[in-house]
Amino acid sequence: MKRAAPLALLAGLGLAALAVAAEVRPPQDYLSPTLRAQQDDPSRHPGWLWVDEGEALWRRGDPSCQSCHGDIAGMAGVAARYPVVAQDGALLNLEGRIERCRMRHQGQPAIGYESEALLSLTTAVASRSRGLPMSVAVDGPAAAFLEQGRTLYETRQGQLNLACGQCHDDNAGRRLRGDVISNGLGTGFPAYRLEWNGVGSLHRRLRACQLGVRATQFELGAPEYTALELFLAHRARGLPVEAPGLRR
Amino acid sequence: MAESILARITLPEKARKGEVVAVRVIVRHPMERAVDAPGLRPVPRKILHTLRVTYAGAEVFRMEMSPGIAANPYVEFTTVAVESGAMVFEWQEDGGTVFRREARLEVA
Repeated sequence: MKRAAPLALLAGLGLAALAVAAEVRPPQDYLSPTLRAQQDDPSRHPGWLWVDEGEALWRRGDPSCQSCHGDIAGMAGVAARYPVVAQDGALLNLEGRIERCRMRHQGQPAIGYESEALLSLTTAVASRSRGLPMSVAVDGPAAAFLEQGRTLYETRQGQLNLACGQCHDDNAGRRLRGDVISNGLGTGFPAYRLEWNGVGSLHRRLRACQLGVRATQFELGAPEYTALELFLAHRARGLPVEAPGLRR
Repeated sequence: MAESILARITLPEKARKGEVVAVRVIVRHPMERAVDAPGLRPVPRKILHTLRVTYAGAEVFRMEMSPGIAANPYVEFTTVAVESGAMVFEWQEDGGTVFRREARLEVA
Protein backbone atom coordinates (compact mmCIF):
# COMPACT_ATOMS: atom_id res chain seq x y z
CA MET A 1 0.00 0.00 0.00
CA LYS A 2 2.86 2.28 0.81
CA ARG A 3 4.18 1.90 -2.72
CA ALA A 4 0.85 2.46 -4.34
CA ALA A 5 0.68 6.10 -3.39
CA PRO A 6 3.70 7.30 -5.40
CA LEU A 7 2.53 5.18 -8.33
CA ALA A 8 -0.87 6.79 -8.25
CA LEU A 9 0.83 10.15 -8.06
CA LEU A 10 2.95 9.31 -11.10
CA ALA A 11 -0.10 8.16 -13.01
CA GLY A 12 -1.79 11.44 -12.08
CA LEU A 13 1.21 13.41 -13.33
CA GLY A 14 1.18 11.43 -16.55
CA LEU A 15 -2.45 12.32 -17.10
CA ALA A 16 -1.70 15.95 -16.34
CA ALA A 17 1.12 15.90 -18.91
CA LEU A 18 -1.27 14.43 -21.48
CA ALA A 19 -3.85 17.08 -20.71
CA VAL A 20 -1.20 19.79 -21.19
CA ALA A 21 -0.14 18.22 -24.50
CA ALA A 22 -3.72 18.51 -25.72
CA GLU A 23 -3.74 22.19 -24.81
CA VAL A 24 -3.26 25.04 -27.24
CA ARG A 25 0.41 25.49 -28.11
CA PRO A 26 2.06 28.53 -29.72
CA PRO A 27 2.38 28.42 -33.52
CA GLN A 28 6.19 28.48 -33.29
CA ASP A 29 6.05 24.97 -31.78
CA TYR A 30 4.60 23.68 -35.03
CA LEU A 31 7.25 25.23 -37.30
CA SER A 32 10.05 23.17 -38.75
CA PRO A 33 13.36 23.75 -36.90
CA THR A 34 14.70 25.69 -39.91
CA LEU A 35 11.71 27.98 -40.13
CA ARG A 36 11.61 28.46 -36.37
CA ALA A 37 15.28 29.53 -36.33
CA GLN A 38 14.63 31.90 -39.21
CA GLN A 39 11.58 33.39 -37.47
CA ASP A 40 13.72 34.07 -34.39
CA ASP A 41 16.52 35.74 -36.36
CA PRO A 42 15.69 39.21 -37.73
CA SER A 43 18.81 39.16 -39.93
CA ARG A 44 17.33 36.28 -41.95
CA HIS A 45 13.61 37.07 -41.69
CA PRO A 46 12.17 39.05 -44.62
CA GLY A 47 9.17 40.14 -42.52
CA TRP A 48 11.42 42.69 -40.85
CA LEU A 49 11.59 44.60 -44.14
CA TRP A 50 7.95 45.48 -43.47
CA VAL A 51 8.83 46.49 -39.92
CA ASP A 52 11.49 48.87 -41.25
CA GLU A 53 9.05 50.34 -43.75
CA GLY A 54 6.34 50.68 -41.10
CA GLU A 55 8.69 52.51 -38.75
CA ALA A 56 9.52 54.96 -41.52
CA LEU A 57 5.79 55.49 -42.15
CA TRP A 58 5.26 56.01 -38.42
CA ARG A 59 7.40 59.14 -38.62
CA ARG A 60 6.03 60.42 -41.94
CA GLY A 61 3.22 62.94 -42.52
CA ASP A 62 1.84 65.92 -40.64
CA PRO A 63 0.66 65.06 -38.12
CA SER A 64 2.54 61.78 -38.14
CA CYS A 65 1.77 58.85 -35.86
CA GLN A 66 4.81 59.95 -33.89
CA SER A 67 3.45 63.49 -33.28
CA CYS A 68 0.76 62.07 -30.98
CA HIS A 69 2.07 58.68 -29.87
CA GLY A 70 5.77 59.48 -29.57
CA ASP A 71 8.37 56.91 -30.47
CA ILE A 72 7.03 53.61 -31.76
CA ALA A 73 8.75 51.90 -28.81
CA GLY A 74 5.76 53.12 -26.78
CA MET A 75 3.60 50.64 -28.69
CA ALA A 76 5.06 47.74 -26.68
CA GLY A 77 2.29 45.49 -25.44
CA VAL A 78 -0.45 47.00 -27.61
CA ALA A 79 -0.77 44.07 -30.03
CA ALA A 80 -1.19 41.69 -27.07
CA ARG A 81 -4.39 43.52 -26.07
CA TYR A 82 -6.06 43.66 -29.50
CA PRO A 83 -8.80 43.33 -30.77
CA VAL A 84 -10.56 45.77 -28.40
CA VAL A 85 -14.02 47.31 -28.25
CA ALA A 86 -13.86 51.01 -29.09
CA GLN A 87 -15.90 53.66 -27.29
CA ASP A 88 -18.60 53.57 -29.97
CA GLY A 89 -19.06 49.82 -29.46
CA ALA A 90 -17.25 48.62 -32.58
CA LEU A 91 -14.71 45.80 -32.28
CA LEU A 92 -11.39 46.98 -33.69
CA ASN A 93 -8.29 44.99 -34.50
CA LEU A 94 -4.92 46.68 -34.94
CA GLU A 95 -5.57 47.35 -38.63
CA GLY A 96 -8.98 48.85 -37.83
CA ARG A 97 -7.52 51.05 -35.11
CA ILE A 98 -4.78 52.37 -37.37
CA GLU A 99 -7.25 53.10 -40.19
CA ARG A 100 -9.59 54.89 -37.80
CA CYS A 101 -6.76 56.92 -36.29
CA ARG A 102 -5.64 57.89 -39.76
CA MET A 103 -9.08 59.07 -40.82
CA ARG A 104 -10.08 60.82 -37.59
CA HIS A 105 -6.85 62.36 -36.39
CA GLN A 106 -4.73 62.69 -39.49
CA GLY A 107 -7.58 63.68 -41.80
CA GLN A 108 -6.39 61.19 -44.40
CA PRO A 109 -8.44 58.80 -46.53
CA ALA A 110 -8.36 55.12 -45.52
CA ILE A 111 -5.38 53.29 -46.97
CA GLY A 112 -7.18 50.00 -47.56
CA TYR A 113 -7.14 46.77 -45.64
CA GLU A 114 -4.44 44.72 -47.34
CA SER A 115 -2.42 47.69 -48.65
CA GLU A 116 1.34 47.57 -48.21
CA ALA A 117 1.26 50.75 -46.10
CA LEU A 118 -1.30 49.40 -43.61
CA LEU A 119 0.46 46.03 -43.46
CA SER A 120 3.78 47.75 -42.79
CA LEU A 121 2.38 49.95 -40.03
CA THR A 122 0.54 47.05 -38.41
CA THR A 123 3.62 44.84 -38.59
CA ALA A 124 5.82 47.55 -37.09
CA VAL A 125 3.39 48.15 -34.21
CA ALA A 126 2.81 44.43 -33.60
CA SER A 127 6.56 43.68 -33.64
CA ARG A 128 6.93 45.86 -30.54
CA SER A 129 4.91 43.28 -28.58
CA ARG A 130 7.02 40.34 -29.73
CA GLY A 131 7.39 37.81 -26.91
CA LEU A 132 4.79 39.44 -24.66
CA PRO A 133 1.87 37.27 -23.51
CA MET A 134 -1.51 37.70 -25.21
CA SER A 135 -4.16 39.12 -22.90
CA VAL A 136 -7.31 40.45 -24.57
CA ALA A 137 -10.27 41.73 -22.56
CA VAL A 138 -13.29 39.49 -23.10
CA ASP A 139 -15.59 40.85 -20.41
CA GLY A 140 -18.15 43.65 -20.65
CA PRO A 141 -18.86 44.78 -24.20
CA ALA A 142 -16.35 42.29 -25.64
CA ALA A 143 -18.26 39.26 -24.33
CA ALA A 144 -20.81 39.28 -27.16
CA PHE A 145 -18.04 39.50 -29.78
CA LEU A 146 -16.20 36.61 -28.13
CA GLU A 147 -19.32 34.44 -28.39
CA GLN A 148 -19.77 35.47 -32.03
CA GLY A 149 -16.19 34.45 -32.73
CA ARG A 150 -16.57 31.20 -30.82
CA THR A 151 -19.69 30.36 -32.82
CA LEU A 152 -17.86 30.94 -36.10
CA TYR A 153 -14.99 28.77 -34.86
CA GLU A 154 -17.24 25.92 -33.81
CA THR A 155 -19.70 25.94 -36.71
CA ARG A 156 -19.22 23.52 -39.57
CA GLN A 157 -18.99 25.37 -42.86
CA GLY A 158 -18.29 24.99 -46.55
CA GLN A 159 -18.70 22.09 -48.96
CA LEU A 160 -16.25 20.09 -46.86
CA ASN A 161 -18.50 20.77 -43.86
CA LEU A 162 -15.66 21.36 -41.42
CA ALA A 163 -15.44 23.44 -38.28
CA CYS A 164 -12.09 25.11 -37.45
CA GLY A 165 -11.55 22.81 -34.46
CA GLN A 166 -11.75 19.64 -36.52
CA CYS A 167 -8.31 20.50 -37.90
CA HIS A 168 -6.87 22.87 -35.31
CA ASP A 169 -7.93 20.95 -32.17
CA ASP A 170 -8.55 17.37 -33.23
CA ASN A 171 -5.67 17.06 -35.72
CA ALA A 172 -3.11 19.64 -34.61
CA GLY A 173 0.42 18.36 -35.08
CA ARG A 174 -0.54 16.12 -38.01
CA ARG A 175 0.29 16.99 -41.57
CA LEU A 176 -1.93 18.54 -44.21
CA ARG A 177 -0.80 19.50 -47.71
CA GLY A 178 2.89 19.52 -46.88
CA ASP A 179 2.56 21.55 -43.69
CA VAL A 180 1.92 20.78 -40.02
CA ILE A 181 -1.50 21.76 -38.68
CA SER A 182 -1.12 24.25 -35.84
CA ASN A 183 -3.66 25.23 -33.21
CA GLY A 184 -4.76 28.01 -35.53
CA LEU A 185 -3.74 31.06 -33.52
CA GLY A 186 -3.23 34.53 -34.89
CA THR A 187 -0.28 35.51 -32.70
CA GLY A 188 2.19 35.57 -35.62
CA PHE A 189 0.15 37.90 -37.81
CA PRO A 190 0.82 40.01 -39.80
CA ALA A 191 3.12 37.23 -40.96
CA TYR A 192 5.50 36.66 -43.83
CA ARG A 193 4.16 33.68 -45.69
CA LEU A 194 6.45 31.93 -48.15
CA GLU A 195 3.42 31.09 -50.27
CA TRP A 196 2.57 34.80 -50.53
CA ASN A 197 6.14 36.00 -51.03
CA GLY A 198 5.24 38.75 -48.61
CA VAL A 199 3.50 39.87 -45.45
CA GLY A 200 -0.24 39.41 -45.11
CA SER A 201 -2.89 39.96 -42.46
CA LEU A 202 -4.68 37.38 -40.34
CA HIS A 203 -7.85 38.08 -42.32
CA ARG A 204 -6.10 37.13 -45.53
CA ARG A 205 -5.03 33.88 -43.85
CA LEU A 206 -8.58 33.24 -42.63
CA ARG A 207 -9.84 33.74 -46.17
CA ALA A 208 -7.36 31.09 -47.31
CA CYS A 209 -8.68 28.73 -44.62
CA GLN A 210 -12.27 29.29 -45.72
CA LEU A 211 -11.29 28.73 -49.34
CA GLY A 212 -9.69 25.47 -48.22
CA VAL A 213 -12.97 24.16 -46.80
CA ARG A 214 -14.83 25.64 -49.79
CA ALA A 215 -16.88 28.03 -47.69
CA THR A 216 -18.08 31.49 -48.62
CA GLN A 217 -15.30 33.90 -47.71
CA PHE A 218 -15.89 37.13 -45.85
CA GLU A 219 -14.31 40.37 -47.00
CA LEU A 220 -10.98 41.48 -45.54
CA GLY A 221 -11.75 43.49 -42.42
CA ALA A 222 -15.22 41.93 -42.08
CA PRO A 223 -16.70 42.08 -38.56
CA GLU A 224 -17.08 38.27 -38.61
CA TYR A 225 -13.32 37.85 -39.00
CA THR A 226 -12.57 40.46 -36.34
CA ALA A 227 -14.84 38.59 -33.89
CA LEU A 228 -13.03 35.36 -34.78
CA GLU A 229 -9.73 37.21 -34.30
CA LEU A 230 -10.87 38.11 -30.77
CA PHE A 231 -11.78 34.48 -30.06
CA LEU A 232 -8.40 33.29 -31.38
CA ALA A 233 -6.61 35.93 -29.30
CA HIS A 234 -8.47 34.74 -26.21
CA ARG A 235 -7.64 31.15 -27.11
CA ALA A 236 -3.98 32.22 -27.23
CA ARG A 237 -4.06 34.01 -23.85
CA GLY A 238 -0.71 33.78 -22.10
CA LEU A 239 1.11 32.71 -25.29
CA PRO A 240 3.72 35.03 -26.79
CA VAL A 241 3.10 37.42 -29.67
CA GLU A 242 5.21 36.16 -32.60
CA ALA A 243 4.57 38.95 -35.11
CA PRO A 244 6.09 39.24 -37.62
CA GLY A 245 5.72 35.48 -37.92
CA LEU A 246 7.20 33.31 -40.62
CA ARG A 247 4.87 30.77 -42.16
CA ARG A 248 4.89 28.37 -45.07
CA MET B 1 22.68 57.04 -60.92
CA ALA B 2 22.02 54.44 -58.26
CA GLU B 3 18.70 54.42 -56.45
CA SER B 4 17.90 53.43 -52.90
CA ILE B 5 16.13 50.19 -52.06
CA LEU B 6 14.73 48.69 -48.87
CA ALA B 7 17.30 46.23 -47.55
CA ARG B 8 18.44 44.79 -44.25
CA ILE B 9 22.18 44.37 -44.03
CA THR B 10 23.60 42.58 -41.01
CA LEU B 11 27.28 42.85 -40.16
CA PRO B 12 29.09 42.19 -36.88
CA GLU B 13 29.33 45.33 -34.71
CA LYS B 14 33.11 45.13 -34.67
CA ALA B 15 35.70 42.87 -36.23
CA ARG B 16 39.40 42.24 -35.72
CA LYS B 17 41.73 42.75 -38.65
CA GLY B 18 42.00 39.49 -40.57
CA GLU B 19 38.85 38.05 -39.07
CA VAL B 20 36.36 36.25 -41.32
CA VAL B 21 33.01 38.03 -41.00
CA ALA B 22 29.58 36.83 -42.06
CA VAL B 23 27.50 39.27 -44.07
CA ARG B 24 23.74 38.83 -44.35
CA VAL B 25 21.51 40.82 -46.63
CA ILE B 26 17.79 40.70 -47.43
CA VAL B 27 16.43 43.01 -50.08
CA ARG B 28 12.84 43.94 -50.84
CA HIS B 29 12.05 43.02 -54.44
CA PRO B 30 9.20 41.09 -56.13
CA MET B 31 11.63 39.24 -58.47
CA GLU B 32 9.02 39.13 -61.22
CA ARG B 33 9.76 36.18 -63.45
CA ALA B 34 8.20 36.45 -66.87
CA VAL B 35 4.61 35.35 -67.38
CA ASP B 36 3.95 34.25 -70.94
CA ALA B 37 1.37 31.56 -71.56
CA PRO B 38 -1.77 31.28 -73.71
CA GLY B 39 -4.67 33.09 -72.08
CA LEU B 40 -2.52 35.07 -69.66
CA ARG B 41 -1.58 38.70 -69.91
CA PRO B 42 2.15 38.68 -70.58
CA VAL B 43 4.31 40.26 -67.89
CA PRO B 44 7.94 40.98 -68.73
CA ARG B 45 10.68 39.57 -66.54
CA LYS B 46 11.90 42.03 -63.93
CA ILE B 47 14.33 40.61 -61.41
CA LEU B 48 17.49 41.73 -59.69
CA HIS B 49 19.92 39.77 -61.85
CA THR B 50 23.24 40.68 -60.21
CA LEU B 51 24.41 41.49 -56.71
CA ARG B 52 27.85 43.07 -56.44
CA VAL B 53 29.55 43.93 -53.16
CA THR B 54 32.64 46.09 -52.93
CA TYR B 55 34.68 46.73 -49.81
CA ALA B 56 38.06 48.32 -49.22
CA GLY B 57 38.43 49.10 -52.90
CA ALA B 58 37.84 45.58 -54.16
CA GLU B 59 34.92 43.47 -55.29
CA VAL B 60 34.45 40.91 -52.52
CA PHE B 61 31.28 39.19 -53.69
CA ARG B 62 29.31 38.81 -56.89
CA MET B 63 26.24 36.72 -57.55
CA GLU B 64 24.12 36.19 -60.62
CA MET B 65 20.49 35.67 -59.70
CA SER B 66 17.98 33.76 -61.82
CA PRO B 67 14.18 33.94 -62.21
CA GLY B 68 13.90 30.82 -60.02
CA ILE B 69 14.87 32.80 -56.93
CA ALA B 70 11.97 33.80 -54.67
CA ALA B 71 10.95 37.36 -53.91
CA ASN B 72 12.93 39.32 -51.32
CA PRO B 73 16.14 37.34 -51.90
CA TYR B 74 18.35 36.59 -48.91
CA VAL B 75 22.09 36.21 -49.38
CA GLU B 76 24.79 35.30 -46.88
CA PHE B 77 28.51 35.30 -47.58
CA THR B 78 31.77 35.74 -45.72
CA THR B 79 34.66 38.08 -46.31
CA VAL B 80 37.86 39.06 -44.51
CA ALA B 81 37.87 42.25 -42.44
CA VAL B 82 40.80 44.37 -43.61
CA GLU B 83 39.97 47.97 -42.69
CA SER B 84 37.18 50.16 -41.33
CA GLY B 85 35.04 51.40 -44.16
CA ALA B 86 31.91 51.15 -46.23
CA MET B 87 30.68 47.95 -47.78
CA VAL B 88 28.73 48.88 -50.88
CA PHE B 89 25.91 46.63 -52.13
CA GLU B 90 24.75 47.08 -55.71
CA TRP B 91 21.83 45.27 -57.26
CA GLN B 92 21.26 45.44 -61.02
CA GLU B 93 17.67 45.13 -62.14
CA ASP B 94 16.38 44.09 -65.56
CA GLY B 95 16.00 47.32 -67.53
CA GLY B 96 19.24 48.77 -66.26
CA THR B 97 18.28 50.29 -62.91
CA VAL B 98 20.98 49.98 -60.27
CA PHE B 99 20.09 50.03 -56.58
CA ARG B 100 22.72 50.81 -53.98
CA ARG B 101 22.98 50.50 -50.23
CA GLU B 102 25.92 50.88 -47.89
CA ALA B 103 26.85 49.45 -44.52
CA ARG B 104 29.85 50.27 -42.37
CA LEU B 105 32.25 47.71 -40.99
CA GLU B 106 34.37 48.74 -38.01
CA VAL B 107 37.72 46.97 -37.87
CA ALA B 108 39.93 47.23 -34.81
